[in-house]
Amino acid sequence: MESIGVLMVCPMNSYLEHELEKRFNLFRFWTVPEKSAFLATNKNSIRAVVGNSSAGADAELIEVLPKLEIVASFSVGLDKIDLAKCKEKGIRVTNTPDVLTDDVADLAIGLMLAVLRKLCESDRYVRSGKWKKGDYRLTTKFTGKKVGIIGLGRIGMAVAKRAEAFSCPISYYSRTEKPEIKYKYYPGVVELAANCDILVVACSLTEETLHIINREVIDALGPKGVLINVGRGPHVDEPELVSALVERRLGGAGLDVFEHEPEVPEELFGLDNVVLLPHVGSGTVETRQAMADLVIGNLEAHFLNRPLLTPVV
Amino acid sequence: MNNTCVLVTCPMFTYLEQELETRFNLFKLWDHSSSKAEFFNNYSSSIKAVVGNTKVGADAKLIDSLPNLEIVASYSVGLDKIDLDKCKQRGIKVTNTPDVLTDDVADLAIGLALAVLRKVCVCDQFVRSGNWINGDFGLATKFSGKSVGIVGLGRIGSAIAKRAEAFQCPISYHSRSKKPNTNYKYYLNIVDLAANCEILVVACALTEETHHIVNRKVIDALGPKGFLINIARGAHVDEPELVSALLEGRLGGAGLDVFENEPEPPEQLFALDNVVLVPHVGSDTGETSKAMADLVISNLEAHFKGKPLLTPVI
Repeated sequence: MESIGVLMVCPMNSYLEHELEKRFNLFRFWTVPEKSAFLATNKNSIRAVVGNSSAGADAELIEVLPKLEIVASFSVGLDKIDLAKCKEKGIRVTNTPDVLTDDVADLAIGLMLAVLRKLCESDRYVRSGKWKKGDYRLTTKFTGKKVGIIGLGRIGMAVAKRAEAFSCPISYYSRTEKPEIKYKYYPGVVELAANCDILVVACSLTEETLHIINREVIDALGPKGVLINVGRGPHVDEPELVSALVERRLGGAGLDVFEHEPEVPEELFGLDNVVLLPHVGSGTVETRQAMADLVIGNLEAHFLNRPLLTPVV
Repeated sequence: MNNTCVLVTCPMFTYLEQELETRFNLFKLWDHSSSKAEFFNNYSSSIKAVVGNTKVGADAKLIDSLPNLEIVASYSVGLDKIDLDKCKQRGIKVTNTPDVLTDDVADLAIGLALAVLRKVCVCDQFVRSGNWINGDFGLATKFSGKSVGIVGLGRIGSAIAKRAEAFQCPISYHSRSKKPNTNYKYYLNIVDLAANCEILVVACALTEETHHIVNRKVIDALGPKGFLINIARGAHVDEPELVSALLEGRLGGAGLDVFENEPEPPEQLFALDNVVLVPHVGSDTGETSKAMADLVISNLEAHFKGKPLLTPVI
């Protein structure tokens, strides 16, 4: 398989690069100075693309790779892949579901606890020596707070299961009600927001869910409400979120994702009611290795004419 | 009851002091710090109740100086700052604030574990410093599925176990005796517990027996991939041993809410990114502080009305 060209679109994981190199002819797209020239030269040998949550395979890239057979994403989210175009051209698509579910759900709970109990602020307080001058102020209890989840897929369910252990009543919004689920369903996001204390975004990013968290939802969540985003930055109308936080119309936020990563609105940096993370939802040694193994497993299966492990298309 | 004299030992919660003031003749010990002798001369025989907390309780000296003391109501669940023997001897009642703070402390234990393993505070600082533009953050450690060992399976220890189970963490514990109604694995020896878990949580009461229960041997058994979470008392841990283990990489990391010399934690920890340090905030939420205060008030009212105490210790 060493002659099979695999195009990795951006740096994501050295172990993955290493494993891909052992098996394929790996092209590192980010090291190429003249991308169009490179593609013109190599387009006929590239049969696979490996992308992630930052860069995938858009229509433009797909069009320029006539021999592309498979796009394997080092992510579970598919928003950076033109799925319609892949379907049209018979290109297979795989992602990395399940192996990262726990990590993302853990982080959602970690963000809730960090925001409500002001863990990062208190840690800074101790390290600055301020504790000598007086106790830190009171924060907000987490146990028993109502948790509303947008998107009750693998990750949403894993968040719910964890929150239940803290006696949090769970409610959700999704495209369709899930009758077998005992959690309370709300047919609209605004209604969900109005009826929970902590709103968690855990759905996939599509045209329908773009800016699903808008001014109306933020207002419904209110000055005592907290938004947790472990989905995608574009799920949230970011300027609206920022002004709501700065003006204290929203109680707080725990954010792992932003509209223009790695740029984060600087107005948030001075706030004590937010926790800001650099898209580390699946960023553990254990999980990234599992994700990499799944990408390799899918590519090998494809080129050996075996069933794909985690196909999307 | 407005004439009943109550002494509160240190500032703890404004709401509590206000509620005490409306019901009793309240004396604040810290208002008299420059004239202690005079204060005790004038008022010591009138004081019938002491309200203490984790910082200043009721030691033998204070108890001895109050000949008509009837009750010590602690604004805490921990009793390590109260001389219980002396109280028993004198027939002085003691109450604390169990149950109402269990959830908050357990939440903090899990919050600290997640924050340490997933480097939440380091990441937050990374973003705020603008460094994300220069490259992604490195990889952290997965929390789900890690084995959690709990020292002390009382109310708080059990609440921590219940939460950790939702993350599929196998639970084991060490306590003075095996608990009959649990499936968790029991270790008679704390070193064995530490050797067989990845995250060790201290959740027992501080007594003579549990002083420095987390010592060099335990830290070595926990090891360079192990994590220590302490939401109990600073004195549970041999702090200099803990600090050198962390500095030398012999322990993977720590989440600490308590220290041997509060409010001064060891400064050598301040530069480490594998620790999370919080200022004894285990029960410090608005909701729980009020519930604790209400319990202190209710216990005092019950006592002075001759009714059964709500949460007596002795």
